Amino acid sequence: MSHELLPYTVKPHPITAMYSGKLGTWLFLASEVMLFGALFSTYILLRVANPVAFSHANTHLNITVGAINTFVLIISSVTMVMAWAALHEKNLGKCRMLLGVTLACALFFLVVKLVFEYKVKWDHGTFPSTNPFFAIYFTMTGLHALHIIGGIVVIGYFLGPGSKLYATNPEYYANRIECTGLYWHFVDIVWIFLFPVLYLL
Amino acid sequence: MSHGHDHSHGSHGHDPHGHDHHEPGFLGKYVFSVDHKVIGIQYAVTSLVFLLVGFTMMLIMRWQLARPDEAVPIIGGLLARLGITNAGTRSLLPEGYNMLGAMHGTIMVFLGVVPLAVGGFGNYVMPLQIGAKDMAFPKLNMMSYWVFLAGGIVMLASFGANGGAAQSGWTSYPPLSNIALSGQTWWLVGMVLLITSSLLGSVNFITTIFHLRAKGMSLWKMPFFVWGQLVTAFLLLLAFPPLEAAGVLQLMDRVADTSFFMPAGLYVGDKPVTSWTGGGNPLLWQHLFWFLAHPEVYVLILPAMGIVGEVLANNTRKPLWGYKTLVYSIIFLGFMSFIVWAHHMYMTGMGTAISTFFQATTMIISIPSVIILTCFIISLYGARIRYNTPMLFAISFLPMFAIGGLTGLPLGLAAADIHLHDTYYVIGHFHYVVAPGTIFALFAGIYHWFPKATGRRMNEFLGKLHFWPSLIGMNMIFGPMFFVGIAGVQRRLWTQVDYNLGQLTQSWVVFSSVGAAVLGLAQIPFIINFFSTALAGRKVTQNPWDATTLEWAAPSPPPHGNFLTEPVVYCGPYEYSVPGKKSDFCPQCQPMEA
Repeated sequence: MSHELLPYTVKPHPITAMYSGKLGTWLFLASEVMLFGALFSTYILLRVANPVAFSHANTHLNITVGAINTFVLIISSVTMVMAWAALHEKNLGKCRMLLGVTLACALFFLVVKLVFEYKVKWDHGTFPSTNPFFAIYFTMTGLHALHIIGGIVVIGYFLGPGSKLYATNPEYYANRIECTGLYWHFVDIVWIFLFPVLYLL
Repeated sequence: MSHGHDHSHGSHGHDPHGHDHHEPGFLGKYVFSVDHKVIGIQYAVTSLVFLLVGFTMMLIMRWQLARPDEAVPIIGGLLARLGITNAGTRSLLPEGYNMLGAMHGTIMVFLGVVPLAVGGFGNYVMPLQIGAKDMAFPKLNMMSYWVFLAGGIVMLASFGANGGAAQSGWTSYPPLSNIALSGQTWWLVGMVLLITSSLLGSVNFITTIFHLRAKGMSLWKMPFFVWGQLVTAFLLLLAFPPLEAAGVLQLMDRVADTSFFMPAGLYVGDKPVTSWTGGGNPLLWQHLFWFLAHPEVYVLILPAMGIVGEVLANNTRKPLWGYKTLVYSIIFLGFMSFIVWAHHMYMTGMGTAISTFFQATTMIISIPSVIILTCFIISLYGARIRYNTPMLFAISFLPMFAIGGLTGLPLGLAAADIHLHDTYYVIGHFHYVVAPGTIFALFAGIYHWFPKATGRRMNEFLGKLHFWPSLIGMNMIFGPMFFVGIAGVQRRLWTQVDYNLGQLTQSWVVFSSVGAAVLGLAQIPFIINFFSTALAGRKVTQNPWDATTLEWAAPSPPPHGNFLTEPVVYCGPYEYSVPGKKSDFCPQCQPMEA
């Protein structure tokens, strides 16, 4: 096993001005844009083909609950970036506290999504198979929820065992929090597109 | 976001716990290794096995085409247990033929050629050629391999699913694939794993090439192979996610009864389909699928061109002609490959205006391909060529790829495609590109870099015994397909002789099948050569080909960390036969004056 880190694992590269993890994260997010881009294209195509189903179906969605969730996710993005900023103040305790708030927001989002949205739909006999609108609704929000779960795992790791890295290499730890933040903001942005497209349009 | 190293070994080298140096055990060194060279070899060996599996499937299919309804020799009884052959007569069943067809395509593309070209050669050679110690994210690299292997195992295991493996072709067009048996679900799960593996790999490749080049290794000093890998990685990164989305949508259609790809009012065998509400569009799948699968063609060919470039320059002892033109051409190919996908869909009724657009882009994309081929051919001009085995494979890539490329032009024209679409002509066309094209380039790469990976050089006699029958076999298989296709025989027919049309061309079909047998036999010397050389081949120096690029400045095989001293790059990648020099090559890591 390597006993020294590869170049630019911690320090930024002079030309790209990014450390490797950050460049890798941006590339990964580019592929994520293509993934959700394909799904938004699918939405457009289905909507054009099924105007009636789409214009009626979204009245069954609960805009209030969706708006609350949107608000919670935006808060979590703010606390995420504040957690990173806390590391620049050399304050690990504050960072972990803010990561905890982010994590709580993420869990809140998931619980609301599951209990006040999915379960209500299922109780009313509305499933992905009901019509093309609910097919794309459940698929896109479900995939988004999977991304939230992924974020919870990563944030939970850096809040818990991952934070040991701070003691040996605080800059490296701060980089990892920054990359986590990039991902988390992306997941947030996807929702900010999903909310108007699915609930409001 | 794995950064890949033990936390205790941070940049503070004086950490007292950082020095308890313990050698990794067998598992850490050869199985769960994070070393790009070990992972490269794992990829290469796994994908060679898959190539053999996919090839065997094709042999069974060719048996059925040449000898319809006769018992499959040797493995006919075994295949009956998988529901591929008839338990009594041991002849291939129609659904068995469909399974083999779908899985042959899937395995060859996603488990054979791409993992060998990108996972194998890319992983092993690229970091060495740019003078890096390893890939930028070594743990992520290891994860790519294991996710790939999991995808491969799921694919193979699908033969045991209820009703057998997927039968809807490697393209899995709905609605057929939506109403297919459970093997299709396995196929989708396998594909999602393979796509994930590719995405992780491509992030790693791009970051490595941008961040870990040795001192002096500017972009314009990178070997052509590295450029090929860079463009390929971008294609994988941006083209694969739409297929992942499509895979998720088809999975929803199959598991949650959504109707993304199911139109209303569908009948199957005189019965209305009632499990789905309808409202979806089968063409949506085709668009999402080909949005990946056309760039995928360039994923198959660009690493091959990279290998050919390296081997040609080395064995002509001349600089690669038009290096910058080659690089600009593959970058342009990469961009254009994203806007030609619907030329696979002329026959779907998507409309003449759209067809015209894609016809125009398709004609444009042939230009850089011709430029690349021209550069390679001019590179040969006036050279004293060393006809060793890697060079024979590399040089034969040129006419084979040319045949494959030029026969693609009539398919790119919508009017000609009406006649040729879905016939054996198409099969002949893309196999000339990928089989005697890409796979020959991959063989060239194996013979060329084998001394680097093992310190031993493969046997030349066995190499030639591999090359010549392979060349003959390949052309026997795929050459006649053009005639058979122009005559109008459709692909995916289980028994062509049942049709009047097929009876006219049956002798060519038998000829192709004989060619397949020749090709199969021709691989025996290769397999013998591969293992005997690895165990007891002739030992060679670290630079047996007198090559210029950086990988030959490392010991053979390179140790963990690759280079004994950190390499510094002084000159371009192909400084062969520089006038006024005593030696006919100037390695990249030595100043020209030396």
